[in-house]
Amino acid sequence: MEEKIDYIKLASNKPKGKRPYFHDDPAVERVLNITMAIAGELAVMRERMDSIERLLEKKGVVTREEIETFVPENKEQEEQRQTWHAEYIGRVLRIVQQEQEELENPDKSLEEIANDINEM
Amino acid sequence: MSTRNLPPVYNKIAQHAVFPEMNHDERARYNFLANLNKHLAHVSQGNKVAFENRVAPQFEKEHGRKMTSTEELKEAISKDSHYQIWSSLRRSTMEMRQQAGRSIVLRQAVELRDKAKNLNKGKDSLILDDNVQVPPYLLACDNHIMPGSYHTELIEGDVTPAANYDTGLFVTTAGLLGRYSDGGGKAIVSWVKKTYPDFNPKRILDIGCGMGHNVLPIAKAFPDAEVIGIDTGAPMLRYAHARAMDLGITNVKFMQMDAAKTSFEDESFDWVQSTMFFHETGGKAIYNIMNEVHRVLKPKGLTLHIEQPQYTDDMSLFEKFIRDWDALYNNEPYWSKMHDIEPVDLMKSSGFKEEDFMQIGAKAENDLDDGSQKADEPEDHGRSPIWNVFGAIKN
Ligand SMILES: C[S@@+](CC[C@H](N)C(=O)[O-])C[C@H]1O[C@@H](n2cnc3c(N)ncnc32)[C@H](O)[C@@H]1O
Repeated sequence: MEEKIDYIKLASNKPKGKRPYFHDDPAVERVLNITMAIAGELAVMRERMDSIERLLEKKGVVTREEIETFVPENKEQEEQRQTWHAEYIGRVLRIVQQEQEELENPDKSLEEIANDINEM
Repeated sequence: MSTRNLPPVYNKIAQHAVFPEMNHDERARYNFLANLNKHLAHVSQGNKVAFENRVAPQFEKEHGRKMTSTEELKEAISKDSHYQIWSSLRRSTMEMRQQAGRSIVLRQAVELRDKAKNLNKGKDSLILDDNVQVPPYLLACDNHIMPGSYHTELIEGDVTPAANYDTGLFVTTAGLLGRYSDGGGKAIVSWVKKTYPDFNPKRILDIGCGMGHNVLPIAKAFPDAEVIGIDTGAPMLRYAHARAMDLGITNVKFMQMDAAKTSFEDESFDWVQSTMFFHETGGKAIYNIMNEVHRVLKPKGLTLHIEQPQYTDDMSLFEKFIRDWDALYNNEPYWSKMHDIEPVDLMKSSGFKEEDFMQIGAKAENDLDDGSQKADEPEDHGRSPIWNVFGAIKN
């Protein structure tokens, strides 16, 4: 028997027994599952930050009070912070933006474009 | 102190030598999942409201009568948006729990195997038997949506199914079974000691012992007894034995055997126990296993079975339906059938007498309970540590 196993792939294996889908459109369920996994990873990151902050405090580097009351100290920092939020939201809500662009500017399908190009 | 009912942090779980190593993020992931489980138990309360306020009225409007079966209820509620989102989140949470657990144990499968091997080496109290077949009902689907179930070996001498089970039980039960997840075993010991103070069993059998967490309190409480745990899954037994060794409990043997056809002699045990076992068997097996329990039990011997709460006649259709959710969607399918069997009839069919039958309620003994658990917390159907125990004295 093989000793080296592909633990990443195996960890996400499907259990035997058909998976139930509860929403009318299975695509909703698929997206929900991906979203919840990301929600989980965000929580994991938050807990890691909490550990880091507490350790920094314990070692006398910064206090949690300082972290809690910290606000940007100059214009540059203000902009950097707000830019991060704007980028982040742009990333997360990409599909909504793209659907809106499509509404404003309806596109041809790639099959149609291929046919068009074939004539070009 | 907080008035909120929070699950214990994951690091409260008891460690032992075969417990998987876990890093910071792996513990954090389990903290997230335990909280998500708790949260969803609250979201679940909305199902009842949705049922009463829109699903049932809509059905009555369409059919001119009330619902009469859980099948009708299931059909109607499956179109309700609250039920849909709760169900999909609950399923998703269980899948994430499996993924999280497996990603912990599979990355260290070889190390865990070696740790167990070292603890098990040269001991005659672990007896595996290649000829034992996994019962067909365990092959039909992966129980608890645990990929590979209790028996699959990914490497030679694998223990990861049990290690995964061990890490995750604390998460799905929000720690309510205690640090060693042994609150069921402890509860049964207390009840037996209180009810039969003179009972001094020499030989005790635990059927479907799994990773052995609920049989250890029994072995500990009766140190002079010879205790035997049987299971069909070799990975469970290897892990169970190594775990028991490390915890210093030496009067338990773990043997690979099918509970429906054991090799024990007639009338050779004073006590036959099972915990959360029968609802994971099958419609024929359950009778065969109970026959076997009766056969190996000595006259005046005691048998007890900790099970899911029974469905009662005064339970509403809705409650029956929601209690079946885990059975169907967290893969414990036989539970959806077993609750139609009266435990007393099951026991009578294998020779126990009606007048010797007993049925009690039990609640986990939880060494983590610091009184902060609120009494009005909604019951997490199919998960709460509140059980029905049935059994008999053989006469
Ligand atoms: C849900 S676990 C229960 C484990 C444990 N008793 C507990 O307290 O949680 C069910 C166990 O029963 C085992 N099992 C199922 N059918 C069996 C049979 N016919 N004979 C022996 N073990 C069986 C499975 O392999 C699994 O480990």
